Amino acid sequence: MAMLEISNLHVSVDGHEILKGVNLIVDAGEVHAIMGPNGSGKSTLALALAGHGAYEVTEGSVTFLGHDDFLDMPPEERARLGLFLAFQYPVEIPGISNAYFLQSALNEMRKSHGMEELDAFEFQDLLAEKMELVKVDPSFADRNVNEGFSGGEKKRNEILQMAVMEPRLAILDETDSGLDIDALRIVAEGINRLRGKDRAFVLVTHYQRMLNYVKPDFVHVLYQGKFAKSGGPELALELEDKGYDWLKESVPA
Amino acid sequence: MIELMERTDRAHYEADLKRVQALESPAWMKDIREAGAARFAEMDFPHYKQEAWRLTNVGPVVKTPFRSVVGEPSGHVTPDDVAAHLYDAPEWTQLVFVDGFLSRELSRMGDSTQAVRVGGIGEAVAKGDEILEEHLAKSAEYTNAFVALNTAFLQDGAYIHVSEGAAPSAPIHLLFISTGVDTIASYPRNLIILGKSAEAEIVESYVGLNNTAGYLNNVVTEIVMEDNATLRRYKVVREGSAGHHLATTKVMQGRDTNFHSFSISLTGQIVRNELDVVLGGEGANALLSGLYLNDGDRLIDNALRVTHASPKCYSRMAYKGVLDGTSRSVFTGKVLVPQGSQQTDSNQLNNNLLLSDKATLDTKPQLEIFADDVKCTHGATIGGFPRELIFYFQSRGMTEAMAHAILTFGFASEIVDKINIDPLRERLSKYVFDKYRPK
Ligand SMILES: Nc1ncnc2c1ncn2[C@@H]1O[C@H](COP(=O)(O)OP(=O)(O)OP(=O)(O)O)[C@@H](O)[C@H]1O
Ligand SMILES: [Mg+2]
Repeated sequence: MAMLEISNLHVSVDGHEILKGVNLIVDAGEVHAIMGPNGSGKSTLALALAGHGAYEVTEGSVTFLGHDDFLDMPPEERARLGLFLAFQYPVEIPGISNAYFLQSALNEMRKSHGMEELDAFEFQDLLAEKMELVKVDPSFADRNVNEGFSGGEKKRNEILQMAVMEPRLAILDETDSGLDIDALRIVAEGINRLRGKDRAFVLVTHYQRMLNYVKPDFVHVLYQGKFAKSGGPELALELEDKGYDWLKESVPA
Repeated sequence: MIELMERTDRAHYEADLKRVQALESPAWMKDIREAGAARFAEMDFPHYKQEAWRLTNVGPVVKTPFRSVVGEPSGHVTPDDVAAHLYDAPEWTQLVFVDGFLSRELSRMGDSTQAVRVGGIGEAVAKGDEILEEHLAKSAEYTNAFVALNTAFLQDGAYIHVSEGAAPSAPIHLLFISTGVDTIASYPRNLIILGKSAEAEIVESYVGLNNTAGYLNNVVTEIVMEDNATLRRYKVVREGSAGHHLATTKVMQGRDTNFHSFSISLTGQIVRNELDVVLGGEGANALLSGLYLNDGDRLIDNALRVTHASPKCYSRMAYKGVLDGTSRSVFTGKVLVPQGSQQTDSNQLNNNLLLSDKATLDTKPQLEIFADDVKCTHGATIGGFPRELIFYFQSRGMTEAMAHAILTFGFASEIVDKINIDPLRERLSKYVFDKYRPK
C-alpha cells in the first residue's frame, strides 16, 4: 500500500478553486520533486495536506499510512501521524526558544505514540545530536524560534525541526530558496542522511540545483492546479531548459 | 449624591484615626500623621469624574467600611505561612511585614551596618534617626485620598538606607503579608534612600494569605536616589483574590542616577500601581518595565508619570499585559517635559495580548512637552495571536490550546526574562508557565 495516495484533490481558498484535481502516489523510500510556475498551487497542495484551515477540500480524497480519514484530522493529528511540512515562509515566534518549542513538539508526538516524554536533559542531548546531523549552529537552541533569523537560517531551522520530528513523510516547500551555495549543499546532505526505506520526501522546488544533490525518483509539474506532466529526474533538466510555456498544450482545458 | 455617600463612608476611618493619633510617638511623627489626616479631610475619594481615575472604579474600595490596623497586625502569621514566599537564599536580607508591621521573628535579618541600614520605620522612629526624619513623607505628593490615608496611619514599613558608595552584596527582599482577616486596611510605608554612588537591588513582594477577604493594602513607597546611585527595584503583587492593592511610589532621582523598575501584577481584585518618577538631575535614567496578568473580573491599573525635570535625561516605559475574562486594564504613561529640559529622550510602549473578547483595556499616553529639543515617542498594541502562528504549532503536533499556552508564556517571558535576579526570575517564570498551561 502506498504511503500517500491523493486522488482527484480539489482545493479552494476564499471560494477560489486553486487545485483542480490532483493525483499523486508516494511510496515509502521515494523522493518526489514538484515543480511548476509561481501561483500554480504547490504551496496550496502542501498546506492543504498539512491541514491549514484556509484551504478547503471540495472534492477528492487523501489516504496517508492507511488512514482514509486523513482529511478529517486536525493538523496536529496529521503531524503526529508523521507528516511534516517545512514551510516556504516559516513564522517567527517571539519569547519561545527553539529548544523549548521542539521539546514540546516532540513530546506531544511521543505521547501520542504511547512513548515516554523526554525531560530537558534527555532532550538537550537529542537536540545536540540533531544539530550536528544537519550542521546548524548550537546557538540556534536558545534563540527564539526564527526570530531575527535570516531567510536562509529560517530554512535551515525547518530542516533541524524535521530532523528532530523524524517524520514519515516530509514535504519541503522551497526549502532550497534563499540558501547560499554552501547552505544548500549542507541542507541537501541533511536530507540525504534522513533518507531511508521508511521515509518519503516531497520536494517543492524551482531549481535543478537542489535536485543535483537530492536525486528524485519522480518529478511532477504542477500547472494551473493540476499535474501537467510527470517523469524521472530528466524532466527537471528539460524544464530548466525550456521553461513552462510548452506545457500549455499538455493541460486539458 | 456621590459626594454624599463618600462623606458618610468616612466614619470608620475617622474613628480609627483617633486611635492612631492616640499612639505614643515623637512629636514630628504625630505632625506627619496629622498633616495626612488634615489632607484626607479636605480630599474626595477618587471617582470617575477625575481624569486619572476615569476608568478605574474604586467604588468597591470606597464603600467598604475597613477596619484600619492600628498598633499591631490584625492576624497571626506563622513561619510556615511565609516560607513559600521567601527565597531560599541565605545571603539575602529578607524582611517580613505582617499587615504593614515588621516582624523580626519571621524575618531573616542580615547585619544592618552603618553603610547599609535595613529595618523597620517603626523601630527607627522609636530610636530616633535623623536621616529618616529628614526624608519621611517629604517626597510623596497627595495625589489622591489614599496617599493621605496612608500618611495619616503611618506606623511602620521598610526603611533602607544605603550610604554613599555602599552596595549590599545581595538583594534585599521586603515581603508584605496581608493576613486579610475580615476587611482590614493596612498601610505599609516604605522609605528607601540611596546615597551618592550607592547601589542596591530590592524586591518588594505583596502577598495575601486569604483569598476571600476584601481587605485593602494601601501602600506608599518613597525612594530618594542621590547622584550616581543605581537602584533595581522589583515589585510583585500577589494579593489575595478578593484583596485590593492601591500603591503609590514616588522616586526622586539625582544626577546620573539609574533607576530600573519592574512591576509585576499577578493577583488581587483591584490593583493600582501609581509610579511617579522625577528625573531631577542631568543624565538621570529611568527604565520602567511592567507585566500584568489580568483575568476574571479584576481591575489592574498602572498609572505612570515621569517628569523630566532636568535636561539630558532618558526614560523608557515598557509594559505588557495579558487580558483575559471580563477583566479591565488601564495603562497611563504620562511624560512631562518642562521648558528647559532639552535633549530629553523618552519612549513608552504598552503591548497587550487579548485572550478574551470580553476583557477591556484603556491605554493612553499623555505627553506634556514644553521644551523643543526632545525625542518623545509612544506606542500601544492590543491583539490576539495570528492564525499562521497557531497553525505553525499545530503543524508540529501541538494543539491549538497548547499553542495559546506557549505563546502566552512567550509573550510574558519577554518581560520576565529581563529580570536579572535568578531566583525571582525562575519563580515568576514558573508562575506564568503554570498559569497558562493547558488545564
Ligand atoms: N489565502 C489566499 N487567499 C487568496 N488566494 C490565495 C491564498 N493562498 C493562495 N492563493 C492563490 O492561490 C494560488 C496558488 O498559490 P500557491 O501559494 O499555492 O502557489 P505556489 O505554486 O506555491 O507559488 P510559488 O511558486 O510562488 O510559491 C495563487 O494564485 C495565490 O494567489
Ligand atoms: Mg509556494
